[in-house]
Amino acid sequence: MTSRGAGQWRIHVVLIVAATLMVVPFGWEILTSFKTSNEVASLPPTLFPAEPTAGGFRTFFDKTPFLAQFLVSAGSLILRVAGQVFVAALAGYAFARLNFPGRRTLFACFLLMLMVPSQLFLLGQFDIMKGLGLLDTLPALAIPGIFSAFGTFLMRQAFLTMPKEYEEAARLDGAGTFRTFWSVMLPMARPMLAALAVLTSLYSWNDLLWPLIVAPAGDARPLPVGLAGLQGQFGTDYPTLMAGALICTLPLVVVFIVLQRQFFAGIANSGLKG
Amino acid sequence: MTRQPARPRTSGRIDWSAYAMIAPAFAGLAALYLWPFLSTFLKSFQTVPVFGPGRFTGGANYDKLLADADFWGALGNSAKYTAIVLLGIPLAIVLAAMIQQVARGRAVYRVLFFLPVVTLPVAVGMVWRFILNGDFGLLNYALSLIGVPGQYWVADDRFAVYAFAVVGIWMGLGVNLIILGAGLQNIPVDLYEASALDGASRVRQFFAITLPLLSPSVFFVTILTTISALQMFDLVFIMLGSVNNTALSGSKTIVYLFYEAAFVQFKQGYAAAIAIVLLVIIMIVTAVQFAVQKKWVVYD
Repeated sequence: MTSRGAGQWRIHVVLIVAATLMVVPFGWEILTSFKTSNEVASLPPTLFPAEPTAGGFRTFFDKTPFLAQFLVSAGSLILRVAGQVFVAALAGYAFARLNFPGRRTLFACFLLMLMVPSQLFLLGQFDIMKGLGLLDTLPALAIPGIFSAFGTFLMRQAFLTMPKEYEEAARLDGAGTFRTFWSVMLPMARPMLAALAVLTSLYSWNDLLWPLIVAPAGDARPLPVGLAGLQGQFGTDYPTLMAGALICTLPLVVVFIVLQRQFFAGIANSGLKG
Repeated sequence: MTRQPARPRTSGRIDWSAYAMIAPAFAGLAALYLWPFLSTFLKSFQTVPVFGPGRFTGGANYDKLLADADFWGALGNSAKYTAIVLLGIPLAIVLAAMIQQVARGRAVYRVLFFLPVVTLPVAVGMVWRFILNGDFGLLNYALSLIGVPGQYWVADDRFAVYAFAVVGIWMGLGVNLIILGAGLQNIPVDLYEASALDGASRVRQFFAITLPLLSPSVFFVTILTTISALQMFDLVFIMLGSVNNTALSGSKTIVYLFYEAAFVQFKQGYAAAIAIVLLVIIMIVTAVQFAVQKKWVVYD
């Protein structure tokens, strides 16, 4: 499509307008976070802060245990991602590569789970966490997300496409099933592992409903729950709210800018379903 | 979605260690997904007190649900929300095709459109709630410049669901663009070259080549968008302000109603019935979409 260079400016105009609409809310968020609450409530609204202040940020850090909530978010993310990638890769490999009685039936069961919306599991998962005395703890946030029919499905897809020769060579060298999986096949699945890890991270970091159920208050609140609470507390103090929203969003945005390729590969392979 | 060989490439020999490898996933899914699912199903036929075991009361929860105006309201809201969010798909198709056409700046556009996807939905809800604020929101100010009267977009039941849906489109655009972009990449370039030689215009090419060959990706995006829109919770929770916002009881979605019944009012049996109804709705809608796709999705 090289011959069309001349007409391209029209496409760019449309795309730039659309991209601007995507970015305006972020710009407004940033500008507001440096204003005073009085300025925010004044009409007509000012574009740039008249007297830029970090007051909103100060209130946010004073009133929110940000570091604790950040560590909860990060900790449950690491647990969930590491656990899910390992568990899903093991099962995905067995389903893709090994022959055993009941393979089709078991995999069909996994696929059925994939079709059930997550709300159907919440009541029972809550009961289990409550029964184990894990409410308001970090493990409660992470444990259900470690097991994923979706992850298993994705890893099976990755292993299905691999050539047989590597496996046979490893076996001739005397490697057992697990050894073959771990040292030969798993490294070759690295792109899909990265995609799954990135998708799971996105899910874990952004999730609101499950943390709201198992850790609505107290020390095990992750950032989304903390931020929602901030809104309840400072309903109209928009500079503080925008500062908080900005700070809580920043870590994942930075990770995204660095790992764009993995994000896009994960989404393109699978859509967004946790 | 790439096409895979129909049969896994397994060697004929039975490998018993496979059971050990699927054991962790199987145990976790059985305990934390299969059992909770069955328990939700059973609870939907029970009255479950806050403490102690539930008591079977037949279809009482379902009877109550069908007679509950809030339930029908929430169902209507979820339907409206989903219908409008689906309108974002044609928009995504056009934008994806445009991004595919430009020689420069593709990566930048992709990143910009994707930013809302990596933003906390809670933060998205807070920012948009501020922009849509009736008194000093940016939108009302912008509208006043062109002489359109402002509204209390998220504090008025007449508008709130539509406001959520517009934000929903904004939030989901990035994901749809990536999936559709991957689909566009699979369309052979020589098709365009050949039709250009025949004098086809760009618009004609879009309808004659791009749209049919992209239809499997469009179908995939439609399914994903529908299912996730029917489960909308985060935006509603944040933009309604708080759980006890009685002013906007008319803007709740199905999953919001479920959350409220289960974890605010502790009516687990009733909540379970809502969840089962949601499952049935999603299954029916998905089945219909699969049936209809035969009429419009082109597989090569």
